[in-house]
Amino acid sequence: MDDLYRDYILDHYKNPRNAGELPGATHRYHDTNPLCGDEITMMLKVNDASVVEDVRFIGRGCAISQASTSILTEEVKGRTLDELRVLDRDHVLGNLGIPISPARIKCALLGLKALKGSAWGLTAWPGEEEPGSR
Amino acid sequence: MSAVKGDVGGVVGRGPRELAADPSLDVGRIRADFPVLRRTVAGGKRLVYLDNAATSQKPHQVLDAMDTVYREHNANIHRGVYEMSEVTTALFEGARGRVAAFINAPHSREVIFCRNATEGINLVAYAWGRDNVKRGDRLIVSILEHHSNFVPWQQLAAEAGAELVVIDIDEGGRLRRDQFEAEVAKGARLVAITHTSNGLGTVNPVKELTAIAKAAGATVLIDAAQAVPHTAVDVQDIGCDFLAFSGHKMLAPPGSGALWGRTEILERMRPFLYGGDMISRVAVDTTTWNELPWKFEAGTSAYVDAIGLGAAVDYLTAVGMERVHAHELELVAYVLPRLLEIPGIVVYGPHTLEARVGVISFGLEGIHPHDVATIFDREGVCVRAGHHCNQPLMTRLGCVATTRASFYLYNTIEECDVLLGAVAKAQRIFA
Repeated sequence: MDDLYRDYILDHYKNPRNAGELPGATHRYHDTNPLCGDEITMMLKVNDASVVEDVRFIGRGCAISQASTSILTEEVKGRTLDELRVLDRDHVLGNLGIPISPARIKCALLGLKALKGSAWGLTAWPGEEEPGSR
Repeated sequence: MSAVKGDVGGVVGRGPRELAADPSLDVGRIRADFPVLRRTVAGGKRLVYLDNAATSQKPHQVLDAMDTVYREHNANIHRGVYEMSEVTTALFEGARGRVAAFINAPHSREVIFCRNATEGINLVAYAWGRDNVKRGDRLIVSILEHHSNFVPWQQLAAEAGAELVVIDIDEGGRLRRDQFEAEVAKGARLVAITHTSNGLGTVNPVKELTAIAKAAGATVLIDAAQAVPHTAVDVQDIGCDFLAFSGHKMLAPPGSGALWGRTEILERMRPFLYGGDMISRVAVDTTTWNELPWKFEAGTSAYVDAIGLGAAVDYLTAVGMERVHAHELELVAYVLPRLLEIPGIVVYGPHTLEARVGVISFGLEGIHPHDVATIFDREGVCVRAGHHCNQPLMTRLGCVATTRASFYLYNTIEECDVLLGAVAKAQRIFA
């Protein structure tokens, strides 16, 4: 069982990377997962060349949602908004590398949803707007 | 169009009465009646089903009663003049009689079959509420209410221009009696209160609350969804006007449930749903309604599910509701003090055995309830994690969710130990 709560997941949960307020954020998006009551506010600082100079998030909720968001933010900095499009549902689930039960899938995807919301104003659950990816 | 009139509580189908010869609460014997309890989960672990406040498992007596209808008698009720329809109708109305006796209703015509407590409460909110709640009226509920006994009144209040008054709880998870009395004294058109909290396990003193509310002229509805499955409930003793409960939490199938109401109030209410079976006579321009209870049972009822509910009532009656309640309290008496000893645990609701049922809601410091439930799942332990359709209560408690273990007559002390072991495991993982 301890596959699900591997050390690196727990490490990201207890010591989230890129956590906290982002002064000077150009993009900000807040979202929730009604199942667990998880909350994520994603903040990006994007320059004129569309490069993400910095990312932070403020969140609370279950280990899966918070760790998944923390892991995701490590891949964002220094990339253009356009380059972020490769970060899709399968990529995030692959990052976690553990089986996520259907009941917990939204926990795993909340951070990505918030990232997409902040970057492009997308509000659908990742995967549900991408034909063939479910 | 020939409905069976009056009480036909004596009609008995095959199967449901089998247990009556053995009234003892022998947990091993009871467990043998529940086929699903034999299965394993999580790769071979014993199933430890502790989510009974969400729904209960079903004994073979209930499954058999329903199976027999489908295999041997099935025909639409109240319509056919042929043998099978008459048999099915008699089983359906027999189930109504048994449900009426189970809650000590004065007449079985006062028992309206509905899908669940939610539908029963909505029936009252629409069919009684819209004609009886006016601008400026006060509707009193409590912070303990399940959304099903909260949202209908919140919405009715908004539509009618009435005021929704929410009674708080004290630190022990008990309804604040002083506040209840004070608010009722200011006037109340309706008091809609839960008998037993699905989130905390608190049992409200509904008889006393009803007396206070009735003395002030209020109509009283009791949400008994968590009470009827676990304790003896007597509508005449409580003295309320309406009482609703769900079958699926009391060994019966989902889709079965009942609303009890006083004849004199039900007679004055307009129907909730219009259609077949609820009419007496339909002309092109007017319709007259069928008599109680069928006036409120439009369309083909979930009659097989209702027959299943009758069989569940037989099962629980044979065991004895006092024994069911005592058994659940034994489990709480075992597990609650052990939980309270664990560092980093918060147990919401009553910490004593007084006026409570076998529902224990808790939080573990630093671990989200959904992570707790996922770890429990890998141990074969089924619990509910979330807001339990109690969001106002969760807000009041200052949390977004809790982990809830809820017991029933088939749970054992050994399962309590598995639960305690799972708590320890969750804490080890997140240490």
